[in-house]
Amino acid sequence: MSNLKVPTMAEMMAAGETPDILFWVGCSGSFDDRAKKITKAVVKILNHCNVKFAVLGAEESCTGDPAKRAGNEFTFQMQAMMNIQVLDGYEVKRIVTACPHCFNTLKNEYPELGGNYEVIHHTQLIQDLINTGKLTIEGGTYKGKKITFHDPCYLGRANDVYEAPRVLIEKLDAELVEMKRCKTNGLCCGAGGAQMFKEAEKGNKEINVERTEDALETSATIIATGCPFCNTMMTDGVKNFNKEHEIAVLDVAELIANAAEL
Amino acid sequence: MIASIVFSVICLAGFGFFGWNLWKIRYNINLGKDIDRSGNKSERLKTMLLVAFGQKKMFARPIPALLHLAIYVAFVITQIELIEIIADGVSGQHRMFHEALGGFYTFMISFIEILSVLALIATFAFLARRNIIRLARFQKPEMKGFPSLDANLILLGEILLVMCIFTMNGADEALYLQGASHAAHDVQGSFGFTISAWLGEHVFSGMDVATLHLLERIGWWGHVTMVFAFLNYLPYSKHFHILLAFPNTYYSNLEKKGKFTNMESVTNEVKLMLDPNADPYAAAPEGAEPQRFGAKDVTDLTWKNLMDAYTCTECGRCTSACPANITGKLLSPRKIMMDTRDRLMEVGDNFRKHGKDYDDGKALLGSYILEEELWACTSCNACVQECPVNIDPLSIIVDLRRYLVMEESKMPTELTGMLTNIENNGAPWQFSPADRGNWIHED
Ligand code: SF4
Ligand code: SF4
Repeated sequence: MSNLKVPTMAEMMAAGETPDILFWVGCSGSFDDRAKKITKAVVKILNHCNVKFAVLGAEESCTGDPAKRAGNEFTFQMQAMMNIQVLDGYEVKRIVTACPHCFNTLKNEYPELGGNYEVIHHTQLIQDLINTGKLTIEGGTYKGKKITFHDPCYLGRANDVYEAPRVLIEKLDAELVEMKRCKTNGLCCGAGGAQMFKEAEKGNKEINVERTEDALETSATIIATGCPFCNTMMTDGVKNFNKEHEIAVLDVAELIANAAEL
Repeated sequence: MIASIVFSVICLAGFGFFGWNLWKIRYNINLGKDIDRSGNKSERLKTMLLVAFGQKKMFARPIPALLHLAIYVAFVITQIELIEIIADGVSGQHRMFHEALGGFYTFMISFIEILSVLALIATFAFLARRNIIRLARFQKPEMKGFPSLDANLILLGEILLVMCIFTMNGADEALYLQGASHAAHDVQGSFGFTISAWLGEHVFSGMDVATLHLLERIGWWGHVTMVFAFLNYLPYSKHFHILLAFPNTYYSNLEKKGKFTNMESVTNEVKLMLDPNADPYAAAPEGAEPQRFGAKDVTDLTWKNLMDAYTCTECGRCTSACPANITGKLLSPRKIMMDTRDRLMEVGDNFRKHGKDYDDGKALLGSYILEEELWACTSCNACVQECPVNIDPLSIIVDLRRYLVMEESKMPTELTGMLTNIENNGAPWQFSPADRGNWIHED
């Protein structure tokens, strides 16, 4: 039995309360076993800092991102409009999400369909919690460790968020080592644009293998990401080189939760 | 007198033909669908000044940036000299501004000469990068044939042009030294231009006056001919970017790169579907054109997509950063832009010849761009980020995908499954929506 406190919007409403922020978990964060651990790391941090949040639970549905990238605007807009109905029904104002794809879609593509929210990525929220003194981290666990950060395309290039995750890694007293392709030049993990759900087209290499080589070159022992899909791709990439015992692929939220011993 | 007439005719023909080609390109770009890029003028101006005028994005790769800068600055500054050449040519005078401007004239021409030498060095370096070092991004399949020739022709033209300038100035300097330059009323002396002062003394000095006058004229006419040849070659070449880079960056997409366009035509239909009170028969207002979702041909794209295509420099920065291309997939964002331009020129010619309803049985999708290319894209925006003139290949890829998926239901089978899952289960995988909150209670 987990001791996490995860109220749903419906429960909050029933208790006559309004959360400060909605945690949008996303499909991956809800259903994928690896990504669920990231979801829990985020919850641990939120609980620890007494953030008044809620999730939608079974009322949440896919944002429609993979449908839109695949070219099916109908499916995307159906999903978006249904989600907007739910969000507006609960009068949601602020949303945090651990998935850059949900982040991008909610933040940039929902407004034109009538859904206007302040949307932040979990690394931005955590940075804010640290800045306001609600969260403090002792560098113990990762002190001196070499960590490299893989920029998720939909966080970095798509939305110009490069600093928040890096600031967090530096808070760990770790050594942040950059890959040769990083920030605006970061190489995709291969999952975006609905590629996650299909076989790659014919080529001579998998994209995640190419990207994992960049990470291996840094000789980092931890590859940090901020996206559940990047996490899957990089984990597979590391396995491809039989390095899964030497190199861990972790979300920034997991690093922070571990370092804060939550 | 005869020379003045010949010159004026060349001038008129040169500018006239160029104008006609400009009109055709404008016509072609206007075949695209409307998109509003008018707002936020100050931000647009700033983008244009930084990216086109200041070449900001070029400096992500410093070596080609510096080489390119040398040619670019030389090109822009040499236009000042061109004013004098045209004035001389029409009036039949020689170095009209020489006396009028005095020391400033010496400074200007010297400046142009120094820049021309730098541009010459850069030109040789560029030729070497393409033909000796054979940089990978210039050797991709889409560069075979005309595109490679195009790049080399321009570089060779540049060399010829600079040689003409120095033949003209060097010979004139030698004439001046002998007191035979028309610009100096047969007095002896020197123009004092930095490079040609040396050339006049060391290279052209032993020649007699008649030869020098001939060489000077060859240089002058060669220069003029090259300028008009270049001007009229531009519309057929990737070098058209020297003009379109400015409007193209001005009309850049100022939104976040992750934001894909909203399809309003779909919004209307989805609203009807979700509204239980809607009258299903009221859907199509009378006289409405049947909508095509997404893009099958160039006329379904926006005018900005089409302007992008004409602006593309074929530099391949996009392709060299594309994860699909890097890992051997068929997709190359540069090819997407080149195909769009080739097809647009074809459609434009067809329309002008046979009228706007003409159908040649071909389309951008299928005849030029294959489905396999489109499905390799991860929508990572690396190509958009890299492009030195703010071209957006991704938006064309997405519009072609939209056509495939929404009009023809053609997509990789796994994606059909993914879409069905989203529609039925609210997730791209086959999980029950009721289980979405289960993680809360799992350990
Ligand atoms: S967005 Fe598509 S075409 Fe552009 S670089 Fe990424 S994968 Fe290549
Ligand atoms: S789209 Fe841009 S980056 Fe790509 S070849 Fe054309 S000019 Fe170069």
